Amino acid sequence: MITKKDVDHVALLGRLELTGEENDMYTRQLNDILGHFQNLERLDTDHIQPTAHVLPLKNVFREDVVGRHISREEALANCPDRHENFFKVPRIV
Amino acid sequence: MPQYETVIGLEVHIELKTRSKIFCNSTTEFGGEPNTHVCPVCLGLPGVLPVVNKKVVEYAIRAALALNCEIAEFSKFDRKNYYYPDMPKNYQISQYDLPIAQHGCLEIDTENGPRKIGITRLHMEEDTGKLVHQGTITTTPFSLVDYNRAGVPLIEIVSEPDLRSPEEARQYIEKMRAIILYTGVSDCKMEEGSLRCDANISVRPMGMEGLGTKTEIKNLNSFKSLLKSLSYEVERQIETLEEGGRIIQETRTWDEAKGVTLSMRSKEQAHDYRYLPDPDLVPMEIDRNWVDDIRRSLPELPDERKERYVEEYGLPAYDAAILTNTKELADYFEVCVKAWPNPKAVSNWIMGDLTRLLNSSGQEITGCKIAPENLASLLRLIDKGTISGKIAKNVFEEMFTSGRDAESIVKEKGLLQISDESAIIAIVDEVLAKNPGPVDDFKAGKERALGFLVGQVMKASKGKANPEMVNKLLREKL
Ligand SMILES: [Zn+2]
Repeated sequence: MITKKDVDHVALLGRLELTGEENDMYTRQLNDILGHFQNLERLDTDHIQPTAHVLPLKNVFREDVVGRHISREEALANCPDRHENFFKVPRIV
Repeated sequence: MPQYETVIGLEVHIELKTRSKIFCNSTTEFGGEPNTHVCPVCLGLPGVLPVVNKKVVEYAIRAALALNCEIAEFSKFDRKNYYYPDMPKNYQISQYDLPIAQHGCLEIDTENGPRKIGITRLHMEEDTGKLVHQGTITTTPFSLVDYNRAGVPLIEIVSEPDLRSPEEARQYIEKMRAIILYTGVSDCKMEEGSLRCDANISVRPMGMEGLGTKTEIKNLNSFKSLLKSLSYEVERQIETLEEGGRIIQETRTWDEAKGVTLSMRSKEQAHDYRYLPDPDLVPMEIDRNWVDDIRRSLPELPDERKERYVEEYGLPAYDAAILTNTKELADYFEVCVKAWPNPKAVSNWIMGDLTRLLNSSGQEITGCKIAPENLASLLRLIDKGTISGKIAKNVFEEMFTSGRDAESIVKEKGLLQISDESAIIAIVDEVLAKNPGPVDDFKAGKERALGFLVGQVMKASKGKANPEMVNKLLREKL
């Protein structure tokens, strides 16, 4: 059972600010999702291999070769704020 | 006051020496203008697809085998979620429940003999970008980010809480560094950040079974700061407990300037990484033949090599340990011994004069101008009596700076040892005539006077007289 406190905690981890209404809504929705998984839990999965990926793929590798970089201007083109050649962000810590 | 026992576990991050990053083909080259070694993948732009660099997996397996780990049959990558701008994606790709390797160990030498330190796991992950703060961290209103290092491949090696003192922790790191250097997967430069270390540390009353509350110390970037910060933290924890306080589980940072560990209280303390399998990366099934190939390609590692030096060359364990500490020094020693099969003499010169000159000039053995074959010919000259041991030291220094071979230096400077009896007798006679006092002293039974006279003869011959012959001839004359 997900409580409003859990939703506040997850919101903090994601740096989201929620109104009381939003918190109510997400608490309800997340509980619905959990409920759905509780339904799935009733299935007998004893003979089913655990899966780490939804696609039947494995061992996709690339060789260790350096390729093209994008230019610094391209790199910084979409950032909200920059200082000289750096991305600029609010002070953390 | 009860006796306390220290319990330390280390997390070591080692940068792998691949050409390109772990999930994209951006370069891993050190330095570079900010934000130029980047591409859409390592910048975390929407719609990109990371693909694993095969060399990273190979290097991780190589390091893991050298550390006696078991290599996983099945392994995958996970997202470690946290909100910090050193990663542009708000998560770091790492490995959670299925790391590439587990259950290893390495051996350290303690006061009470060798001890095996357990290695819990070894996993692959991407390095983060660098945050640059203008002004001081407390006054600047913003941080600047350079993503050149974001996506550079790392392995993280987590030890069991088996270490019992800061000194053992230092030994563990040094041994780890030596082993990884032998494997060639990293250059392990602490000062450049290619080997970094976090420590978990707690104390408990001697004899207690469980573990005390631990703190984690971050930001240890030299052997010295590792030793100092751990020693400080041991004392702080014991003092806190003695005063009736309790240890708070927290992350602390080492302040090098003040010589203290400081609490990093922040919301980030609420570790809740919500790991989830990275859906962009498919799992790996590690082919056993591949693992065997990598195992076969490993060089002889420091411990085996050290043992062989004791058995094959009859060296003391101390010499063997120092010589085999780096692959390059050991290789140098072996080439030299091949050309001049007197292992102890070679060892003495390498550990003594050569190491001293290398240290004082800040050079590595790989850049040493004296080829090992040339050191061997110098030793041959000493052994044959062509030059005296004292002169040899000067020749050696000349070889070190110029890179020329011993024979040509000796010839050019006229440093040949004088072993011609008549030439030495002439000098001996002269010295005896000039020093009647010490001569009488010696005759009166003062052995020490002989040493003085030998010194005078050596001086008069500019160090070139054969000291054994000088000794013998002086005694005969007296
Ligand atoms: Zn990239």
